[in-house]
Amino acid sequence: MSVQLPAATGLDLERVDGRAKVLGLAPYAYEHPAEHPTYLHAVQSTIARGRITAIDTAAAETMDGVVAVLTHLNAPRLANTEDNELAVLQSDAVGFRGQFVAAVVADSPETAREAAAHVHVQYHREPHHAALRADHEDLYKPETVNAGFDTDTSTGDPDAALASAAVVVDRTYTTPAEHNNPMEPHTTVAQWDGERLLVFDSTQAVHNARKTLAPLFDVEVEQIRVVAPHVGGGFGSKGLPHAHVVLTALAAKVTGGRPVKYALTRQQMFFLAGYRTPTIQRLQLGASPDGRISVLTHDVVEQTSAIKEFAEQTATISRMMYAADHRRTTHRLASLDVPIPSWMRAPGECPGSFGLEVAMDELAEACGIDPIELRVRNEPTIDPETGKPFASRHLLACLREGARRFGWERRNPQPGTRLVDGWRTGIGVAASTYPARRQPANTARIRFTADGFYEVQIGAVDLGTGAWTALTQIAAEALECGPEQVRLQIGDTDLPAATVAGGSTGTASWGSAIIGAAQMFRKEHGGFPAAGDTSEGDGEKNPASKNYALHSFGAQFAEVQVHADTGEIRVSRMLGVYSAGRIINPRTARSQFLGGMTMGIGMALHEQSVMDERFGMIVNHDLAEYHVPANADIRQLEAFWLEEVDEHAGPLGARGIGEIGIVGAAAAVANAAYNATGIRVRDLPLTADKFLA
Amino acid sequence: MKPFDYASSASPPEAVAAVAGNPAAAFLAGGTNLVDHMKLGIAAPEQLVDISQLPLNTIDTTDNGGLRLGATVPNSDLAAHPLVRQRYPVLSQALLSGASGQLRNAATTGGNLLQRTRCVYFQDVTTPCNKRSPGSGCSALEGYTRYHAILGASMDCVAVHPSDMAVAMAALNARVEILGPSGERSVGLHSFHRLPGDQPQRDTVLDHGELITAVVLPPLPEGTRSAYRKVRDRASYAFALVSVAAVVRLEEPTDADDGGDSASPPRIAEVRLALGGVAHKPWRATFAEEALRGQPATEGKFRRAIDAELQHAVPLADNAFKVPMVRNTVVSVLRELCGLEGGLDQGGSQASDGNGEQRGGRTGTPASGGEDRP
Repeated sequence: MSVQLPAATGLDLERVDGRAKVLGLAPYAYEHPAEHPTYLHAVQSTIARGRITAIDTAAAETMDGVVAVLTHLNAPRLANTEDNELAVLQSDAVGFRGQFVAAVVADSPETAREAAAHVHVQYHREPHHAALRADHEDLYKPETVNAGFDTDTSTGDPDAALASAAVVVDRTYTTPAEHNNPMEPHTTVAQWDGERLLVFDSTQAVHNARKTLAPLFDVEVEQIRVVAPHVGGGFGSKGLPHAHVVLTALAAKVTGGRPVKYALTRQQMFFLAGYRTPTIQRLQLGASPDGRISVLTHDVVEQTSAIKEFAEQTATISRMMYAADHRRTTHRLASLDVPIPSWMRAPGECPGSFGLEVAMDELAEACGIDPIELRVRNEPTIDPETGKPFASRHLLACLREGARRFGWERRNPQPGTRLVDGWRTGIGVAASTYPARRQPANTARIRFTADGFYEVQIGAVDLGTGAWTALTQIAAEALECGPEQVRLQIGDTDLPAATVAGGSTGTASWGSAIIGAAQMFRKEHGGFPAAGDTSEGDGEKNPASKNYALHSFGAQFAEVQVHADTGEIRVSRMLGVYSAGRIINPRTARSQFLGGMTMGIGMALHEQSVMDERFGMIVNHDLAEYHVPANADIRQLEAFWLEEVDEHAGPLGARGIGEIGIVGAAAAVANAAYNATGIRVRDLPLTADKFLA
Repeated sequence: MKPFDYASSASPPEAVAAVAGNPAAAFLAGGTNLVDHMKLGIAAPEQLVDISQLPLNTIDTTDNGGLRLGATVPNSDLAAHPLVRQRYPVLSQALLSGASGQLRNAATTGGNLLQRTRCVYFQDVTTPCNKRSPGSGCSALEGYTRYHAILGASMDCVAVHPSDMAVAMAALNARVEILGPSGERSVGLHSFHRLPGDQPQRDTVLDHGELITAVVLPPLPEGTRSAYRKVRDRASYAFALVSVAAVVRLEEPTDADDGGDSASPPRIAEVRLALGGVAHKPWRATFAEEALRGQPATEGKFRRAIDAELQHAVPLADNAFKVPMVRNTVVSVLRELCGLEGGLDQGGSQASDGNGEQRGGRTGTPASGGEDRP
């Protein structure tokens, strides 16, 4: 190609799916037309552990409009029941309160729900444990933690180093269970046509969904089609198929080919769609009087469900963030009779950064130095964990740029000194980071159409992040055409294989495949293709990951106001500066960063899933009781990024932006609240009662 | 949801007859509470009698200079009404601090009063609840009680009434006009809601079939000031942790008070305090009112007065914070209404940014906050 077109990446392109969404024409899972559909409503266990001894379905079965009532006694058998979360209605065992124990399929959603209320289940109740405690008796060490990280690490002699350190911060921080709560509830529409299964699902990964379903139903993956063109948020909770997907597909086996539609109620989402484990984190930082850290330990206690292990990698952030000769990180799990924790935006880094970054603030105060300067003094030259150089580490640049923009120099290190109209006011900072991973196993296909468009196909998913737009731009740039010449197709397993929209890996992973396909297309078909010309390309595994530590970094600044009379706390200002490699679309990227920060404010001030140990139940299981930020809670939010292209991050030079915005956000708010009040809150969320005089 | 019949009614007596004649019937107005409860299985009426189209949607001036608020006036209209804003700012502020814009558009005066008390266990039919299922036990008593009562609760129920509007109306000495099968009656708002006692299933004194037709606000004397302050876990769209509705009228100190020293604080001629988020009903702090009446308006008096009320508080495991929160909020509101400097107990320099919003609306003759400073 000799003609140099302007690069499409970096363009502030409007969302290509925006118009359809505003007009209500972008179909979400529940809205796909289904012929003669049935509707499912589930019955959930009312005990936390035990066995079902009897189920009376007679009243439900005789109701007008009821198609079927499924229980473990009559539900079709699954071919594989190894995964206790997905083995729905396969046995009489109950592993947590809220688990599926029956389901009603009916001609209307109202009938299904009413009939479900008339299914009566009797249980043999067994003693249960549902509350996480640091002194839990049977804490165990999982083999690995999420994403395959080592459970424990240790270098040097941490205990001896702590004993001899001039300054020691030794504190315990806790974060509560939190639920993802995307706007669109978890929804599945399933229909069997003989041995073929069609699923409209609200998922972050169509290909992974069918890979998970195929062995359960003893079919080949090619016999299942999963479709998800638009998804209303997931934050990780739609990354892995949960029980409702299996239940809906199972129910569709007994409807004579009629589709089954099921959307979890908001209340059900608190039991059945994953959540972030509560964490108890002990941080010990030992330093010289001038703040140079010699030892850092981060010991985490958290929970898993007894029926399926999920181990959040809470302490991994402490392995790479700061220099220290002596270091220990550990994860221990309490196995409880509770719903199954799973991915929630930045698993690991998000809760772990609360402990680490508040501890850093405490160390700065103990040493009498500025929190930013403390981080400068402990900036590692290489990745402390792997010994590899960082491909790109601009944490200090983010801190300095943020400090300049935020007005950090006006901070009074003496807490509790600024009062504005009855509000104690202070500012705080925290560092942020997130690993840059690229998933292999992505393929893209490009076809030139008779009417002169490039059809770009990949089975990726846009869960509201802007993938429709960013991938269009990446394709346009790689093909050296305008974005308007690209017709992107995503969200369907009929399209080439793609990995999950999660772990901040989507754009970089899918984008690499699209670039590979574009290069192949030009190689095979040149600059003037004929209609029907088609090429495929794969995303390659990033070779740089062998030799470099790949992470994004950021700096979070918060201004917090705490009412001097009532303790009410508000975040009046928040500003983030991020180093995330190349930014594909500033408009959607800004949205991602601000979204992460907003969720971080929610984590800091509001979010807390309250476990009533007696019932084994999250009791505040709706949006009236489980608070996420309302508009009035979000005042001035600003996100900036460093202009950079990470040459080690692959052909795109981008590292992913979906999660770094939440990491460190709650710590920045807590540190600002301390600066405002002199009250150090180490247990999230920061509610008014904790600041009452 | 259980299938139900729906009927509209042509007049209040017809609506009353329809509901009174069917023990399983219920009135439907905005539906913001009832429909939720029907979905959750908490309420299962067999017939809904829609009263939203009845001619009960006007706000009228009464002969003695008060206001008569129709039962089906939307909360947003009530909050925005010029006479409400001018004469009863506490009510307008309370309404606007409740729910969301969308809910306030749908919710009505009568329906707001008839919200069921709120409790996570009441909302979940899989747990015992004496209010939902009398005799089954109270799950909250030893459960999650952050939002629960500290005053007037019983061993059978510790839920709180969620309304902001009703708290303001309690402080305004409002009266509820009721039409029943056997005619009309009128109940003071303070007596309208019940304490739980051993019958927590009854939130109000209404009998089945009785319909609220209006709420009447008596006039306030010239110079009376009023304000509503709600403390909550997020900046909007949340139920109160605690709230305070205050109505105050000050008078200048007599010579006897200050012996000719003009710096003496004004005296509290009249005061009414109602608390939200603390009890099964809007809580009139009568002990505090008693302690304040006729006293000089000083922060120390405010504090001692509310302590006289709070000595009766019985906090639960998760809500002991409500005691200092009520105390501080009451003192803060009274300080503002009485025009005292917004001083603090400890620490801190005074405000310098100067962009504070004006709180504490007033009625009658203007009496600017600054003029009454001690």
